[in-house]
Amino acid sequence: MSESHPLIHVKGLTKVYKMGDVDVSALRGVDLTVRRGEFIAVVGPSGSGKSTLFYILGGLAAATAGNVIVDGRDLTKMTDAERTRIRRELVGFVFQRYNLLPTLSALDNIGMAQYIAGRSASSDGWFEEILDLLGVGHRLHHKPRSLSGGEQQRVAIARAIVNHPALLLADEPTGNLDTENSDNVLKLLADLNERKGQTILMITHNPEAAAYAHRIVHMRDGRIVHP
Amino acid sequence: MAGGTGASSLINKLVIENLKHRWVRTVLSAAAVGVQVTMILTLVGLSYGTLEDLGRRSRGAGADILIRPPGSSIIGLTTAPIPEKLLDFIAKLPYVTVTTGTAVYPIGGTNTVTGIDLASFTRMSGGFKYLAGGPFQEPDDVIVDEYWARQNRLRIGSTTTFMNRQWRVCGIVAQGKLARLFVPLKLLQELSANTGKLTVIYVKVDDPADTQAAMTAIRKALPDYQIYSIEEFASQFTVNNVPGLRAFIYVVIGVSIVVGFLVVFLSMYTAVLERTREIGILKSLGATSALILGILVRETVVLALFGSAAGILLTYGTRWAIMNYVPGSLTQIIVPDWWPVATLVAMAGSLLGALYPGWKAARQDAIEALSYE
Ligand SMILES: Nc1ncnc2c1ncn2[C@@H]1O[C@H](COP(=O)(O)OP(=O)(O)O)[C@@H](O)[C@H]1O
Ligand SMILES: [Mg+2]
Repeated sequence: MSESHPLIHVKGLTKVYKMGDVDVSALRGVDLTVRRGEFIAVVGPSGSGKSTLFYILGGLAAATAGNVIVDGRDLTKMTDAERTRIRRELVGFVFQRYNLLPTLSALDNIGMAQYIAGRSASSDGWFEEILDLLGVGHRLHHKPRSLSGGEQQRVAIARAIVNHPALLLADEPTGNLDTENSDNVLKLLADLNERKGQTILMITHNPEAAAYAHRIVHMRDGRIVHP
Repeated sequence: MAGGTGASSLINKLVIENLKHRWVRTVLSAAAVGVQVTMILTLVGLSYGTLEDLGRRSRGAGADILIRPPGSSIIGLTTAPIPEKLLDFIAKLPYVTVTTGTAVYPIGGTNTVTGIDLASFTRMSGGFKYLAGGPFQEPDDVIVDEYWARQNRLRIGSTTTFMNRQWRVCGIVAQGKLARLFVPLKLLQELSANTGKLTVIYVKVDDPADTQAAMTAIRKALPDYQIYSIEEFASQFTVNNVPGLRAFIYVVIGVSIVVGFLVVFLSMYTAVLERTREIGILKSLGATSALILGILVRETVVLALFGSAAGILLTYGTRWAIMNYVPGSLTQIIVPDWWPVATLVAMAGSLLGALYPGWKAARQDAIEALSYE
């Protein structure tokens, strides 16, 4: 893909959840363009469709209608298996609830992402670099439950970026953290963006968190709005 | 390598950690699988053990030929309808050196008591090897073999009751000669109202090479009777020749598969339910359905293998228990030939049980599991 093309190009995206007889319109025509290397904060009230947008961009859910191009690939026409590949190769997710595998050590959680992506522990020094960034040190051999929330979230970020994803999607990554841990996590994200050029989309409710981003996208009722 | 676990073994590690995480469920499921394996191996071990024992004891009588009444079957009991006077008649036939007759009487369960004429039986078999005590002295004396003595906790002088009579143990003998429980022939004939009648006649010939010739002679003299060489007779004690036994073994195997299926189904089903989030995480990392199914299959295989190993070990326990606590002439042997069969049966039931939970896990919606609520 040429670097001049935007990493994400979304046009007229809609998403309808079918719940029995009821249809829930989570997205009602989203247009969004994101260039490589951007750090964007997505803000908006609860239920405005922020998470749904992330799930579609990250290949976890299928769009109902519209166009979604990520890194030159059209996600709208993909089968489940093709979307699985997208999750493996193109994106990294970070969630509010960390979502580490509880029975594996921090290190093995990161290793599992590599294993699933079909990469062996890389020889390019990236793995070591990530571990340095984490600053979790010897606690890497501990299971998630003996790590603090801040540590768990940093491990989750490491897991999300270990396969060099084109796009990092963070859904309220500091939602469960106190101020100090939030700052650490946000600094880590900003650092990744600045030093590695990592493209990041981050959902947040916190204006201080949003201030770390280059650009803020507002959502309301399933649309992007310009206040 | 960055100090982490090697990539290929990471899945195995996850499998083992998952099993350890819910170790009570793991142990119980493996135990249930083990019980089915023991069930199969004990039944098969008892069938083969008991039949082999019957064959070995028949050979141990020292006879070359065996004569049974007309119309009798090899396995299955007929009480004594052969007239005793045939003993002398047969003894005069060519090649024949010794004849002895026995009466066999059922005493409950699969157990029988055998009446012997000690003098001619000794000539035929070379005599009992007494481990304790000696031959019949009193009218109510009984000789038992070591196995029977151990199962029934009998010593010399102990009393034991069957045929509505109290008997006294006068001798304990090495096993392998015809039966496990012996009383004097005359007495048994009287007690069973079969005076002068025999169940089986055993014949010894001058040279085993003459067995066929002797059989021909006997057959000519007694055309209605069933005449077998001892080898022919002993080799008939097989699972196939016991009516319904093979079918019964198959039924138990079938039940085992069903039980394994149910146990593993429930175990894996609850595992999948409680791991919706973990499954969602794996999916968000790009895990394929095959990978997620593979994790459950590996867990199931480990469960079935541990269960089978436990089940195999447990058969040593059932053998010991049957030997020591189950009075009767049943003998259980350890049947290593059947270990792979029982393991495969356990594996089959378990994998069938993992199928639906695995399918459910692979199809699960990742978003619902990962959302914050
Ligand atoms: N899996 C789902 N099934 C049905 N409705 C859903 C599902 N996920 C979200 N929704 C609905 O879609 C709308 C948008 O939800 P979401 O994308 O989670 O918003 P946000 O992340 O901004 O809070 C809400 O009305 C929500 O109830
Ligand atoms: Mg949300």
